[in-house]
Amino acid sequence: MNTIRYTRLSGLEPLILTPDLNFINVGERTNVTGSAQFRKLIKEGRYEEAVDVARQQVESGAQIIDVNMDEGLIDSEAAMTRYVNLISSEPDIARVPIMVDSSKWSVIEAGLRCMQGKGIVNSISMKEGEALFLEYARKVRQYGAAVVVMAFDEAGQADTCERKVEICSRAYELLTGELDFPPEDIIFDPNIFAVATGIEEHNNYAVDFIEATRELKKRFPASHISGGVSNVSFSFRGNNPVREAIHSVFLYHAIGAGMDMGIVNAGALAIYDDLPEELRERVEDVVLNRRPDGTERLLEIADKYRGGKETVVVETQAWREKPVRERLSHALVHGIDQYVVEDTEEARQLSSRPLDVIEGPLMTGMNHVGDLFGAGKMFLPQVVKSARVMKKAVAHLIPFIEEEKLRTGDAGKNNGKIVLATVKGDVHDIGKNIVGVVLRCNNFEVIDLGVMVPTQKILDIARAENADIIGLSGLITPSLEEMSQVAREMQRQDFHVPLMIGGATTSRAHTALRIEPHYKAPTVWVKDASRAVGVAQSLVSKDLVEDFIAKVRADYAEVRERHRNRGPGKSLVPLSKARAQRWTCDWAAYEPPTPKAPGITVFADYDLAELRRYIDWLPFFNAWELAGKFPAILTDEVVGVQATELYNDAQRMLDKLIAEKWLTAKGVIGFWPAAHHGDDIEVYAEPGTGTGTGKRKPIATLRHLRQQVDKPVERPDFCLADFVAPKDSGVQDWVGGFAVTAGIGIDEHVARFEAEHDDYSSIMLKALADRLAEAFAERLHERVRKEFWGYEPEESLDNDSLIAEKYRGIRPAPGYPACPEHTEKGTLFELLDAPANTTIELTEGYAMYPTAAVSGWYFSHPESQYFVVGRLTREQVDDYAKRKGWDRTEAERWLAPYLDYDPD
Amino acid sequence: MSTLPWLHPDRVALLEKGLRERIMILDGGMGTMLQGHQLDESGYRGDRFSAGHDSHHEHDHPGECDLKGNNDLLLLSQPEIIRGVHEAYLRAGADFIETNTFNATRVSQADYHLEHLVPELNREGARIAREACDAMTALTPDRPRFVIGVLGPTSRTASISPDVNDPGFRNVSFEELAANYTEAARALIEGGADTIMVETIFDTLNAKAALFALDQLFFVLGGRVPVMISGTITDRSGRTLSGQTAEAFYYSVSHIRPLSVGLNCALGAADLRPHVQTLANVADSFVSTHPNAGLPNAFGEYDETPEQMADVIAGFARDGLLNIVGGCCGTTPAHIEAIANAVQPYAPRAWSKDTASAA
Repeated sequence: MNTIRYTRLSGLEPLILTPDLNFINVGERTNVTGSAQFRKLIKEGRYEEAVDVARQQVESGAQIIDVNMDEGLIDSEAAMTRYVNLISSEPDIARVPIMVDSSKWSVIEAGLRCMQGKGIVNSISMKEGEALFLEYARKVRQYGAAVVVMAFDEAGQADTCERKVEICSRAYELLTGELDFPPEDIIFDPNIFAVATGIEEHNNYAVDFIEATRELKKRFPASHISGGVSNVSFSFRGNNPVREAIHSVFLYHAIGAGMDMGIVNAGALAIYDDLPEELRERVEDVVLNRRPDGTERLLEIADKYRGGKETVVVETQAWREKPVRERLSHALVHGIDQYVVEDTEEARQLSSRPLDVIEGPLMTGMNHVGDLFGAGKMFLPQVVKSARVMKKAVAHLIPFIEEEKLRTGDAGKNNGKIVLATVKGDVHDIGKNIVGVVLRCNNFEVIDLGVMVPTQKILDIARAENADIIGLSGLITPSLEEMSQVAREMQRQDFHVPLMIGGATTSRAHTALRIEPHYKAPTVWVKDASRAVGVAQSLVSKDLVEDFIAKVRADYAEVRERHRNRGPGKSLVPLSKARAQRWTCDWAAYEPPTPKAPGITVFADYDLAELRRYIDWLPFFNAWELAGKFPAILTDEVVGVQATELYNDAQRMLDKLIAEKWLTAKGVIGFWPAAHHGDDIEVYAEPGTGTGTGKRKPIATLRHLRQQVDKPVERPDFCLADFVAPKDSGVQDWVGGFAVTAGIGIDEHVARFEAEHDDYSSIMLKALADRLAEAFAERLHERVRKEFWGYEPEESLDNDSLIAEKYRGIRPAPGYPACPEHTEKGTLFELLDAPANTTIELTEGYAMYPTAAVSGWYFSHPESQYFVVGRLTREQVDDYAKRKGWDRTEAERWLAPYLDYDPD
Repeated sequence: MSTLPWLHPDRVALLEKGLRERIMILDGGMGTMLQGHQLDESGYRGDRFSAGHDSHHEHDHPGECDLKGNNDLLLLSQPEIIRGVHEAYLRAGADFIETNTFNATRVSQADYHLEHLVPELNREGARIAREACDAMTALTPDRPRFVIGVLGPTSRTASISPDVNDPGFRNVSFEELAANYTEAARALIEGGADTIMVETIFDTLNAKAALFALDQLFFVLGGRVPVMISGTITDRSGRTLSGQTAEAFYYSVSHIRPLSVGLNCALGAADLRPHVQTLANVADSFVSTHPNAGLPNAFGEYDETPEQMADVIAGFARDGLLNIVGGCCGTTPAHIEAIANAVQPYAPRAWSKDTASAA
C-alpha cells in the first residue's frame, strides 16, 4: 500500500506539513550571510538583540526559522551553539522548528546538538561524493531531523532542469534505498539562480527550476521542494519593488508547479494579482523566458517602479468594476475610504437588514485584514487605515441600524466588550488609541474612557456596561503604581473580569511582581498593539482562556521566582559609600560659563517650519510599531514600503499643519545661579559665591537621587547634583531649565478627525505633535548652547549628530532615568512659571498637558552625562523622604518602580 | 540504521505477538517498595560498601560518602531485595519488569563518587530482572515475561539553563549525555535486557542524546533491540519541563521508530489522559503509560488506591488508547494487579504501520 505520509516537524509545538498549508515560509533574517544587520549583531556579540530578530520573524509569520552563522570572522560552531541555546529558552520563538543552515557539517552538527525539536538540516549534497553524503544523511537521521538536499554533485551545481532532476533523483534513491530515510523528510533544493543578468545562458534558470520542481513533485510526491527565493531577482538589487514583483511572479509559477517551502521575506511579498499589468507582464516574460528581449524590456520600465509602492499603487481602477462585496473587501484591505460610503449604501440596499452589511461583507473584509496582520503580511499603519474605512462604513449604517432596532429590538453580536482607560494622573493615549482601533477591527466593542480616569469611574463603567475585559494604559512611571492600585481595588470590590495592562513603561516583570499578585482574576501584560487582539480573544474564549491563563500565570510565577532568586552581585552599596564614590573634578581649575541671558526667556509662538528640520523620526516609527533606523527603514525589506507610505503621509500632514497653523509651539527657558550641596542643588535669585556665609537663601532646592551601583572605584556612582560646583568650592555655577510644548490647539483637530471617524489622522497628528515638541526641545537646547547660555557659540552639528547627543551638556527630564522622580517637575515649573508662560499644566500624577510637551534641566559641565539612577535602597528612600519633607510611604509611592526592596 | 537486524529476533517476535493480542502490563514503582524495607545507611551499604565507598575499587577521595538513597546501588548491596520487588510485580501480573537502573549513569552516580560502577550496575540490573522473569516464565511458558532496560533522564538538562542570568548556558552537553547513555545501554543489553526504555523524559534533548547513543551502539553491535520511549508531562500545563506539547515531543523522538511511545510520572492517570489520547491519535507505534498513583499529598505521599487508579485506567483501555500500562511513583503490586484485571476485558489499541497518519 502506497500512501503519502506528512512531514512532521516540531519546536515546542508540532508543525505538520499538510497540503492545505500550501507554502511554508522559512524566515531568512537570522542568517549572517543574508542580513547585514544580523551579521553585525552576532559579530559584536549582541545576542540578546539577535534573539529579537528571531522573535520578530516568528511574530511576522515565519513557520520555521533558518539560522546561518557562516561568516569567516565568526566562530561559527560556537555562535550556532550559543544562538540555538538562547532561542531554545524563548518559548515564543522555540515553538517553531529550526532550520540549521551551514555549508560546514561541523556547524550543522553543533546546531543539531542543541535542538530538542525535530528541525531541518540545510543542506547536504553529493558534491563530495556518495559516501560522505550518506554518512551525513545517517547522522541527520540519528539526530532526528529532516534534510534539505541540494542539487549538487561531484560535477558541480545543477543548472538545467535535466541535471536538477537527475541529481535529486539519485539522492532520493540513495537516501531511501541505502538508509531507509523517510521520503517525507527529504526536501529538495534544486537551486534558484538569478535571471535577467544580461548573460543569455541565465535566461532559462527560473524555467529550469520550475520545470524541475514539477517533475520532482511528480516523481516524489511525499518529498518537498524548497529554495532561496531572493536569489532569482539578484540582478535587480537596489530596486525592491521590481524584486518583489519578480519574487511574486516566480513563486506564483513555482508554487503552481509544486514548490511548497521557501526561504523568503514573507512580509515583503507582493500579491500577484495586485501587480500592475505592465510590470507583471514584463516580469513574467523574464521569469518564464518568453521572449529574447525580455530583460531589456523589463529594464526599460524598471526605474518607473523604483520609487516605492506608491507608483505601483497608482494602478487601474479595475477593482471598481467588481461586485460590491468584493469592492468593500478591497477597500478595507487597501485602506481606501474614497468610495466606502456609496459602496456601503449599495450593499445596504441589497441586504434585508442593515446589520447584515456589517456582519457580512464588512466583517469578512476586516477578518481578512486581521488574518493578514496576524500573518505579518500587513502592518499597523495599514490596519489603522483599514479601521478608518470600517468606521466610515459603520457610521453610515448606524442610523439605519437604530431605526431597525427600534422596530425589531435586534442588536448585533460582537466578540466582547472592553473598557479601556489611561489611568489617573496620566494623559498619554496614542498607544491606547491604537489598541482600541485594532480591537475594534477584530469586532470587539471598545468603550474608551479617555485619559486621567479615576479608578472608581473605570470600575463603575465596567460594571454598568457588563464589560468582558478592562484594559489599563499609561506612559509615565507613577502610572505603574496607579495600575497596581486599580488591581487591588478590583479585588477588593470583588471583580472577576480579566485585566489587561499596557503602555510604554509597563513590563512583564512589573505586571508579574506588582499587579498580578493583587488581583485574582486573569491579569495579563500586553506588549504592544499587535498582541492585544490575541490576548483579548484568548481571554473571552471559553476554549482558550484556561490554557492561556495557566500559561500566563506560570510565566509570571517564574518571573517572580527569578526575581526572588536574583543572584548576588547586583546588590546595592550603602548611600554613604555611593556618595563617597561621587563624580567630581578639580573645581578650583574650572570656570563655569555664565549664561548670556540669565533669568527667564519666553518663546510665545515658535516657528514650526524651523522645528520640522529637527525631528527625530525613529520614535515616530516606533509609535506605529515599525522597527528600524531612519532613514534605512524607508528601504527596509520587510517594512520599507509601509514605512515610506507612513512617512509620506506624515510629511503631507506636516505641510498642512504648518501652512494652516493647526498647532502653536510655546516654550520657556531659564538659568539661575546654583550650587550643589549633598545630593541637592540649591538655586539662588542672584549670583555670588556665598562662600562661608551659609546665609544665602536658595529660592528653590532641586532634590536628586544617586546611583547605588557596586562599581569599581574608578567609576563614579552618579547624581545630577555632582555636575554643579559644590557650595563650598567658591566657584560660581549655574543650572538651567526648560519647558516646551507643540500641542496647543491640537484638541480641535483631533476632535475633527474623530468626528470623521479618522483614527489614522488623529493618531498621526498626536504622534507628529509629540515629535515637534521633542524637536523643539532639541532645537532650543542647541540655541541654549550657542546663544542663551552661549558656551559653545561655534557648535555646528547636523541633525544626526544632535540626535546622537554629540554636544556638550545635557538636558535630563524629571521622570526619566537620571532624575526619575516626577514631582521635581513641580519645582521646575515654578521656577519657569511654566503654566503662565507656556500654558502647560501638570496633572496630579505630574504628567504634562498638552501631552506633546517636554521639560527638563540644563547642565553645562563638559563631563555632564546621562545615566540611569536605577534601584534604590530603603536608606536612600528614607533620606530622600526627609529631604522632600515626606513620610516614607509617600516616598515609596513616587519611587515605587525603583525600590530595591519590598515596601511594608 | 533501523534497517539493522534484531539482536534477538525470536524475543521480538514473541513481544510483538503479545502486543497485538492484548494490553500488556508493566510493573509499578520501585521507590515505594523499597521504603517498606526501611533501609538505613548501613542497609544501603551492605558489606561491599560498608566503609562508605567501594571496597573493590581504588578510593580516590578522602572520607566516606553517604550512600543512603542510592537505590540503584542496592543491586549490588542488597540484590535479594530488588529481586523480591521484581517477583512481587510478576506475581501481580506484570509482563514487563523494568530494571532498577534509573540513576545508573555517570552523571547521576557522580553524586556518590561511584561512576565506575555504571557498567556493573546496569549489567546486574538486567541480569537480576532477567532471572526473575525467566523463573516466572518457566511456570507459565505460554506467557513470556520481558526485561526492560531502563535509561533514566539523569539529573541534568541539555536544553534548559541552570543559570537564570544566562539562558544560553548549559551544564551538560549532548556529547556527554550520549557517552553516558552508550555506557549504560551497552551493559543493559549485555545483562540480558529485551528492550531499552528511555523514560521519564522531561527534557527531550536528553532523550535525543539517548536515542543517538542507542543508534550508534546498535551500529557497533551490528543489531538492535526494540526501543521504548516514555515522556513526562510535568504539570497541568500539558508540556514537558522543556516546554514541548505531547505531540511535538513524539515528533522529536519518532525517528528511532520506537516500539512504543508513552507518558509516565508527574501526574496521576486522570490528568495524563488527554495527553495519552494525543499520542494514541498520532503515534505510529504502540502506546504506553505508567502514571503515578495520583498527585502527591502534602507529605509527598501518593494516596490513589489500586481501585481508584484501575478505574480510571479501565476507561483508557475501553476507549482504545492503550497497548502497555503500568505504574510509576506510589504504585504497588496491588495497583498493578488491579490495573491488570481492569484492562483485561479490553482489546489493545489497534494500530498498523501501513495506515497510521497516512494521507
